[in-house]
Amino acid sequence: MTVSLETEAVAPRLTPSATVGQGPRQWLRARWFRLDRWVLLVVGVSLLLALPVLTVFITALQPVGAVWQHLADTVLADYVRNSLLLMLGVGVGTLLIGVPTAWLTSIHEFPGRRFFEWALLLPMAIPAYIIAYTYTGLLDFAGPVQTALRESFHWSRQDYWFPEIRSLPGAIIMLALVLYPYVYLLARAAFLEQSVAVLEVSRSLGAGPWRRFYAISLPMARPALIAGVSLVQMEALADYGAVQYFGISTFTTGLFRVWYGMDDSIAAAQLAGLLLLFVFALLLFEQLSRRLARFHHTGNRQFRPARLLLTGRWGWLAALACLLPLLFGFLLPAGQLVVWAIDTAPRMMDGRFFSLLVHSLSLALGAALLILMLALLLGYGRRLRPWPLVRGAVQIAGLGYAVPGAVVAIGVMLPLAAIDRSVDGWARQWLGLSTGLLLSGTVTALLLAYCTRFLPVALQSVEAGLARIRPSMDDAARALGSTPRAVLWRVHVPMLRGSLLAAVLLVFVDVLKELPATLILRPFNFNTLAVRTYELASDERLADSAGFALAVVLAGIGPVILLSRAIGRARPGYDAVS
Amino acid sequence: MTPFLELIDIAIAYPPKRVVTDVSFTMDSALIGCLLGPSGCGKTTLLRAIAGFEPVQRGSICLEGAELSRPGWILPPEQRKIGMMFQDLALFPHLSVADNVAFGLRRWKAAERRERVEDLLRLVGLNDYAQRYPHQLSGGQQQRVALARALAPRPRLLLLDEPFSSLDVALREDLAHEIRAILLREGIGGLLVSHDQFEAFAFADQIGVLNQGRLLQWDNAYNLYHRPADHFVADFIGQGVFLPGRMGEGSRVCTELGDIDGIPPDGCAPGDRVEVLVRPDDVTHDDASPLTAEVVERAFRGAEFLYTLKLDSGARLLCLAPSHHNHQPGQRIGIRLEIDHLVIFQHEVQDLGG
Repeated sequence: MTVSLETEAVAPRLTPSATVGQGPRQWLRARWFRLDRWVLLVVGVSLLLALPVLTVFITALQPVGAVWQHLADTVLADYVRNSLLLMLGVGVGTLLIGVPTAWLTSIHEFPGRRFFEWALLLPMAIPAYIIAYTYTGLLDFAGPVQTALRESFHWSRQDYWFPEIRSLPGAIIMLALVLYPYVYLLARAAFLEQSVAVLEVSRSLGAGPWRRFYAISLPMARPALIAGVSLVQMEALADYGAVQYFGISTFTTGLFRVWYGMDDSIAAAQLAGLLLLFVFALLLFEQLSRRLARFHHTGNRQFRPARLLLTGRWGWLAALACLLPLLFGFLLPAGQLVVWAIDTAPRMMDGRFFSLLVHSLSLALGAALLILMLALLLGYGRRLRPWPLVRGAVQIAGLGYAVPGAVVAIGVMLPLAAIDRSVDGWARQWLGLSTGLLLSGTVTALLLAYCTRFLPVALQSVEAGLARIRPSMDDAARALGSTPRAVLWRVHVPMLRGSLLAAVLLVFVDVLKELPATLILRPFNFNTLAVRTYELASDERLADSAGFALAVVLAGIGPVILLSRAIGRARPGYDAVS
Repeated sequence: MTPFLELIDIAIAYPPKRVVTDVSFTMDSALIGCLLGPSGCGKTTLLRAIAGFEPVQRGSICLEGAELSRPGWILPPEQRKIGMMFQDLALFPHLSVADNVAFGLRRWKAAERRERVEDLLRLVGLNDYAQRYPHQLSGGQQQRVALARALAPRPRLLLLDEPFSSLDVALREDLAHEIRAILLREGIGGLLVSHDQFEAFAFADQIGVLNQGRLLQWDNAYNLYHRPADHFVADFIGQGVFLPGRMGEGSRVCTELGDIDGIPPDGCAPGDRVEVLVRPDDVTHDDASPLTAEVVERAFRGAEFLYTLKLDSGARLLCLAPSHHNHQPGQRIGIRLEIDHLVIFQHEVQDLGG
């Protein structure tokens, strides 16, 4: 019986090349540089996904032009200062909200603790630009709060001072209210992982609850907190909708101005490159602290700490402390959206609303499925061929998650527009007709941007699932007569079902609420829920935008449920099914 | 007659490291074999090569006369009809017990498949658990499912990669005997990988001792214990010490405990320094004996004491004595040598005794 080596080449683990009498150099070539279908596919897809980021970096290296000079002389300092202040403020704000709530819900017992444990994640469902619109509507001159104040005190316009929400502090508060769940999640995991023994030792040495918190738990959780804050700050840097609406000049709003207002793609790319440097510094920080976090693991816990029971006044105070972020981060804005949506329903809930809804949902679903297929390809490719070339390619493809949407959009636009231009020029010359925009003005560009930005989300989910499938599963299935492809369909895909569903859901919601890249790349007359919300809010039609915003928020609750289920699974007494 | 399983001069490498070198042995289908050795000796790699998961750099593997592996070519595992039980069992968590067992029977007719699954579940005593999922079963039950699943497609050979290591000792021995009986009844060859000599003795007819990728001896348990081919085997199997001595006239060896008769290894001339393997059961406690040694340590084993003794020269000796002979460390006790098979090695510089 003869069997081609090709069958064997798909073996699910790294096997040294099975040829005899080879010197080390041939062996190296056989192992690292053998190109087969999997390697070509994985490397090709990875390069395509890395194209936008690479484009931005390469373009940013071009000599500076007049526009850049102008920027540097005038507004660049503002961009840098505002972006830094935003990062700083949002970092501090999320720590102030996320750490105490995590500390309370993970170590203590108080009225409503089980509810708050997952409900504190709900603000994640609201995109920053939507909470910014909502609070503007609530707090501006004509909004219900100021109106009520004026009516009850018989004030008129000049009689009182009211804080301006459309300001840098306002933006910081808005972003902190919806981003703190990142810090909360990581801090909570860190507190739960901490060794009981360490806490008990400190107790036996006479440390009270406060001292245990700031002298033991907080320092041990530091790497997790740094990782959480870095993530939050990346999101803050990437935000466009909220800061644009509040009229704050940051990197992202600057990008839009240079791109549209000054029409200088090189200067825009240079600005994007500068922004990327900030992002990668944060990324480095996050990675380093995650590595540190491993050293802070203090051994296996045999049992969970008994929760510290907060009774009476303290219990209610704890509940109140957890209620406030939930109230201001979710209940109030979501409630306002519901009220507006009901008010405007007769006017807004027409055929156009529903066709936009269907259009936006199907775009998000299509993108999510495409991204899932690519993530499965990259994840499984890396499992089959864990060679440096493949691993490196997948790593590069995974960088996109840190890159702000506006930067990705510019990185997509530049090469696709160049391709369109040359194809069009060629067609004019040889065929006498204009092909127009084949790629850059179409859904292709949008999909490429979504893939670059959100593939890492799906990839992480797929790889976490794959890692849980031990290699012996592959071997067992093959010893029972399955070919490598059958192993994928009969063993991996069924075992990954949960991870794949989670990946689709996460990407679906991310695409649905994506704003800056969609704004730049969408084809003419092409709309999504997020863009329509933005357009209506920009026209000061806040109440009219509520229906669209509410649809985005409702979809955003899906991932929250997913996360809260993961939290429930980590509860004592629940045996996770491996 | 062609041998059932034949390995000829196998070498396996993860370049630049050789993991297995020059391994040859043959196995009869009616016998059950075991590859025994300390961790990292290459035994699992060898088993995986037989299953088809690792290619060989040299040599060939044949089953019933047909070649399975040679350098540059291997028959994929799914075409070998070799079953395997894994150390971590690798039960498919998303499939019920019955579906796990039926996994390898995809091409069978539905009725036959159902019947085969039922037969096997009855065989391993799990017929009431067909619709359960692996995580609902105990460790021993999971082991049985893994066995039934591996046996279902009627493999010619079953490979077992330390499948008992996760069980407690009592269960381990029961299951080993049970699997052995099933394999013999079904006429399936078996090859176990283990680092535990007692497991190997309980399970296998023929045992290969591996060290550092080399097969040192392929033999039955009795011979491994009493006629070890090499210093490492003598040390790895059972307990014992190497007593220094010097070759005398003919087949006599002069030691501190007197002259003993035995067959010297090849190339030993009178006057050469040698080492004599002395097992604890070769040393009998006898109060009347003129030969005495000092008790250094003792370990209570229930029916007997295992004494560590010190001879006048400082050499150590192990001695099993019935437990009513209760001596304290520091006492001198009388001993007598009763050696059936004298095992003599030429003196090696390093001291492996103890």
